[in-house]
Amino acid sequence: MSDIKDNVDQVTGVETTGHVWDGIAELNNPLPRWWLWIFYACIAFSLGYVIYYPAIPLINESTKGVSEFSTRANVEKDLQAVAEANSGLVARIASTDVADIANDSELLRFAIAGGSSAYKVYCSQCHGSGAQGAKAQGYPNLNDDAWLWGGTIDAIYTTIAHGVRYEQDEDTRVSEMPAFGRDGILTGDEIKALANYVRSLSSLEHDPELAASAATLFADNCAACHGEDGKGIADVGAPNLSDAVWHYGSEAAQITAQIRNPKHGVMPAWLDRLGDVNVKQLAVYIHSLGGGE
Amino acid sequence: MATTDEPVAQQHDVEPVNRRDKQQPLYAARKKIHPKRAEGTFRRFKWLVMAVTLGIYYITPWIRWDRGDFAPDQAVLIDLVNRRFYFFFIEIWPQEFYYVAGMLVMAGIGLFLVTSSVGRAWCGYTCPQTVWVDLFLVIERAVEGERNKRIKLDKEPWSASKIGKRTLKHAIWVLIALSTGGAWIFYFADAPQLAMNFISGEAPGVAYSTVAVLAFTTYTLGGLMREQVCTYMCPWPRIQGAMLDEHSLTVTYNNWRGEPRSRHQKRSQEEGKPIGDCVDCNACVAVCPMGIDIRDGQQLECITCALCIDACDAVMDKVGHERGLISYATLSDYNSNMRMALNEETGRIEPERVRDSDRKLSSAVKHTTIKSVFRPRTLAYFSVWALIGLAMSYHVATRGRLDLNILHDRNPLFVTLSNGDVRNGYTVKVLNMMPEPRTVRVSLSGVPGAVMSLPESSDDPTDVLYLDVEPDKLRNQRIFVRANPAEMPDATMELTFTVQDIFGSERAEYETRFETGGL
Repeated sequence: MSDIKDNVDQVTGVETTGHVWDGIAELNNPLPRWWLWIFYACIAFSLGYVIYYPAIPLINESTKGVSEFSTRANVEKDLQAVAEANSGLVARIASTDVADIANDSELLRFAIAGGSSAYKVYCSQCHGSGAQGAKAQGYPNLNDDAWLWGGTIDAIYTTIAHGVRYEQDEDTRVSEMPAFGRDGILTGDEIKALANYVRSLSSLEHDPELAASAATLFADNCAACHGEDGKGIADVGAPNLSDAVWHYGSEAAQITAQIRNPKHGVMPAWLDRLGDVNVKQLAVYIHSLGGGE
Repeated sequence: MATTDEPVAQQHDVEPVNRRDKQQPLYAARKKIHPKRAEGTFRRFKWLVMAVTLGIYYITPWIRWDRGDFAPDQAVLIDLVNRRFYFFFIEIWPQEFYYVAGMLVMAGIGLFLVTSSVGRAWCGYTCPQTVWVDLFLVIERAVEGERNKRIKLDKEPWSASKIGKRTLKHAIWVLIALSTGGAWIFYFADAPQLAMNFISGEAPGVAYSTVAVLAFTTYTLGGLMREQVCTYMCPWPRIQGAMLDEHSLTVTYNNWRGEPRSRHQKRSQEEGKPIGDCVDCNACVAVCPMGIDIRDGQQLECITCALCIDACDAVMDKVGHERGLISYATLSDYNSNMRMALNEETGRIEPERVRDSDRKLSSAVKHTTIKSVFRPRTLAYFSVWALIGLAMSYHVATRGRLDLNILHDRNPLFVTLSNGDVRNGYTVKVLNMMPEPRTVRVSLSGVPGAVMSLPESSDDPTDVLYLDVEPDKLRNQRIFVRANPAEMPDATMELTFTVQDIFGSERAEYETRFETGGL
């Protein structure tokens, strides 16, 4: 083992490295040329790479490289480019009346796309990702054609901008149905008869005698807001009682509960938070879901 | 007897690059090959193939094909941006990619067919590597001269004339390489427009980088690496062993009539030694672009370009022997002739065994003819190949150019409206695959009383809608369908959308569901 150079393989006449496993010696052949050239090319490439790109880690950061390449900066640049590309459309939405956006197909498409993405971030938590609402909690379905505060695009815009029963906003939509049972305005029997009357308005199963007996009760206590025929008045947020869409459920027990001690939903105002353009986009988007008037 | 000492044919001082007893290790520098120019039938055929293949490659993108106002007029165009592939009268959308897959299957089976019948004809005649190496050799020969001059030039010290010749050669090579890469990009965009933009520097960056990459690979692979690409980089020489059988045509040295080879035939004859037809002139080695000696037998380096056949035939004509000492032959014919020529006792080839008394080749000698191509295996490949081709042609000829895809809204599945109706939403995709605008009539079946409306329209719902679809485009349209659930027997109804071209007979259907929300 004193001189490895003496190790020459008998069969091939090639010098060995001196490493032997189970009697098999490792030959010390030179590298194939193609391999060697690729190896040199890789070294040359890596030198260029280290100079051009951020590569060598230092204590707090790394070398910047000639290119000062940064994925974070690229994303920022991309976002800025998108904002710039859209700035014309954004400005046009800002200066267009919300009801007129639908007249311009390009604006409409942009508004719906923007509204759809804003909806997912700010609205879907309560109204659901498909805007289908949640009956148990009283979050209305936005796809249907029954609107508590009106389904025109202007009405939708106002509702989103100022919210519902949202105390921080002066212009918020407010309505309050009296708690007929809790406050002792009506007796339990009267409320039961009223529930039957309300169910009769939309031809649901009901006791005809009880319903007939409550006609006067309805005219005295309910018609002021819900209308004489029970079709509701959007201006005061009173729902239509004669249609097939029920905010808190159509069962007699659910209606009774709502008359006795009504639930009132709250929605925040979005104008200050999102700005006019975003709220316009949201209004256009909600209007496009299929129920807009 | 000085004259009998003269070799009967001009000798070539050449040694094959892959001689077994002098096998080169991979780390040794490559021995440069200087192929001599061959003349003959196969060389002429190769010129023709070269002209045809290069012609197809360079000219195809410039062929125009009128498709009307709404589609490009380039006969062959791979429009990656709009995801369309145009081939003369055929237009393929991405979802019809199975046609391309079918073409690839045909190409694969075609390669089996060609290899099992005529051997490595692909390698020898049509492979781009072969064609471009041939082209580069033409330039080299024109600038630096024939084989001997080139060898001399290689050995010369650098001088003004050598530098001049080398510069000229490489400059022309680079030009060819650039035009090769240049032709490629025209398959992907409108050729005349792209050519103008390319020259004025307004073409997209990817066009320039594609040309640069392809020019680099063409120059390196075709000009500098040449036969090494086939020998070391290409998998096909390895696969061919599995494709060839004893009836496949291969370029064969017929040693049953060539051995024992002799440079001094007359002297050997006078001395009474047995002599074969091979005069050992090495012409076959000198013309070989792979630098091998075909007389060593079949070897993976051989691309069967058949130039050695041309070279040998010329020599045979000169010395007065029959042509075909090197020829296209099948292994089975070769073996049969070999059995005849071989003296089993001595293990030597005795050329007189295959010859008649008048020294002509005996009639028992088997000559490979074109008939070897027709046999069950090749016919089976051909049948499969042709069947796929026919099936695809039929499918292309009868395929629909109007299609319909529908996504039923999942969230929400259904919406109850104030009058008690139920509304379902659908994303309807109407595919107009014709390069002309079309209007389709959308109708419904399966749900009683179902009517449709468009979200962007305030019109009353109707049972029939008309949609305009732009030429060669997909129209993505939301459609609301509403119906009264009271009339429905099931909670989930089968709903079929039908679109019909109002000016044609073409129609497409899509079956989806209508959710009523009932139980």
